[in-house]
Amino acid sequence: MNQPPLISVEELIDEFDALGDWEGQCDFLIDLGFELEKLPPEAKVEENRVHGCQSNVWLIAEFQRPDDADEIRVNITAESDAMIVNGLIAILLAVYSGKSPSEILKADVEGIFTRLGLDRHLSSQRRNGLFGMVKRIRAIAAQAA
Amino acid sequence: MSSQPRTTSFDADTIRGEFPVFDQPLTNGRPVTFLDTAASAQKPRVVIDKERECYEQYYANAYRGVYQFGARVDEELEATREKVRDLINAEEISEIVFTSGTTMSINLVADSWGRKFLRPGDEILLNEMEHHANIVPWQQIANETGASVRYIPLTDDGRLDIQELDNCLTEKTAIIAVTGMSNVLGTINPVEELARRGKQVGALILVDGAQSVPHMPVDVRKAGIDFLTFSGHKIYGPSGVGVLYGRRELLREMDPFLTGGHMIDRVFKEKSTWAELPARFEAGTLPIAQAIALGAAIDFVNQLSFDAIHAHERRLLEHALARLQDEVPGFVCHGPGLEHRGAIISMTLEGVHSEDLAVLLDRRGVFVRHGHHCTMPLHDLLGVSATTRASFGVYNTLDDVDRLVDAIHFAREKLRLV
Repeated sequence: MNQPPLISVEELIDEFDALGDWEGQCDFLIDLGFELEKLPPEAKVEENRVHGCQSNVWLIAEFQRPDDADEIRVNITAESDAMIVNGLIAILLAVYSGKSPSEILKADVEGIFTRLGLDRHLSSQRRNGLFGMVKRIRAIAAQAA
Repeated sequence: MSSQPRTTSFDADTIRGEFPVFDQPLTNGRPVTFLDTAASAQKPRVVIDKERECYEQYYANAYRGVYQFGARVDEELEATREKVRDLINAEEISEIVFTSGTTMSINLVADSWGRKFLRPGDEILLNEMEHHANIVPWQQIANETGASVRYIPLTDDGRLDIQELDNCLTEKTAIIAVTGMSNVLGTINPVEELARRGKQVGALILVDGAQSVPHMPVDVRKAGIDFLTFSGHKIYGPSGVGVLYGRRELLREMDPFLTGGHMIDRVFKEKSTWAELPARFEAGTLPIAQAIALGAAIDFVNQLSFDAIHAHERRLLEHALARLQDEVPGFVCHGPGLEHRGAIISMTLEGVHSEDLAVLLDRRGVFVRHGHHCTMPLHDLLGVSATTRASFGVYNTLDDVDRLVDAIHFAREKLRLV
């Protein structure tokens, strides 16, 4: 489970700009959702469940210290039973996964969602769910920092 | 409002034309396919106009001013009260209390009646199809009074298991709280029978009419209903106003729920005495324009006639169920057959998460609700975390049903199930 994220933030921004409207962007999110690395069934347990989401979301983190790096890296894997949420998870992983705890704590994920225009298409419920995941990731980073 | 009687033949396109919200297409050019009336109904022009009329022509606080605007507001409010009385066939307008909605109405009864009359060992008879608004207030008052909540079991097809009633409706039962129509299953409950059986053991009955009152006639005296609650916004009226009907003898014995202005007879420095009904339960400023426009909503529904509404909604249901069952693999419709069902279809589709479905239907301009619909105990019983609900109103057409089914095909395609 140490695969690099499916896509980088820069690629996401380019893709979303090129697609232009929600129809295409939503299809792209679903595509990302299908490509997302899935969790093994044994990881889908209560302690890994992220609360606040309408769909089920499970999230695990692994730490890794590359030989050439001062700081550890946090590798995140997460999965939902809803495909569009899996697409949103792919965006979160682009922002956070494989980064150091200090990079995670500095990242402006809200700014990136706004830049992608997703803030217009996320209901307040889904936003809460999404930020439930963000909170979990930041807590993991804060502990590891 | 015109007093011209409307023909009973139901022309859905004409009726749709009375709802300004459908006049404009969505930004992606698609028409609005609004299938979330069970959550809140759209408003006809007569309701919007009535609310505007109040603000533009005679707005003032209610039951306070002798000046002309104040008098007109009082007159309009009492006219609505009379329309509500007539709609549910209550005996007197003093039995009609304006509230903020069904949730407040049920909380009012649980608090004002329950706190005074529930005793340790008493039972409140609920069932798992109830909305949280008809469960949680009872849990709270049970905790405070030493009473307990008990549940009538449901049948496999989502109806009250009346065979089991003898086991759970006993001398201990103080009140039965039941929905007239489930907001998820669409189940229409046998309220009259429950009221009759309740009377035999001395139990009262509260009917949550949030879903049933907009869709079918109700006669509180004939049915033996002690308390009836409903919301303005689900019967094509404004949001923010609701109704509590309570039998006069019961309301008279109950303590106030909220206290403050208007609900008093006399306030001394140390104590107060209460106003007559219904003012005793209407503390503070009412939702004035909303309550006035609720009268226009009741006129609107009456002019269509419940017979015609029922026949129309039945046609929509039949067409929807026929197409969905025929065309959509893995389609499950929760709840009973058509003869026990109002205009609601809550579904699960094999391999489709309700959240994905709702987002993809939205892209086709089809507005449905997904989630637990404030009925977690029911979803626990069904064994699903969420359902997707399509609910119908007078403005829906067979074309809406076709757009729903087509949008479900689209969603399954996008989710790679085709």
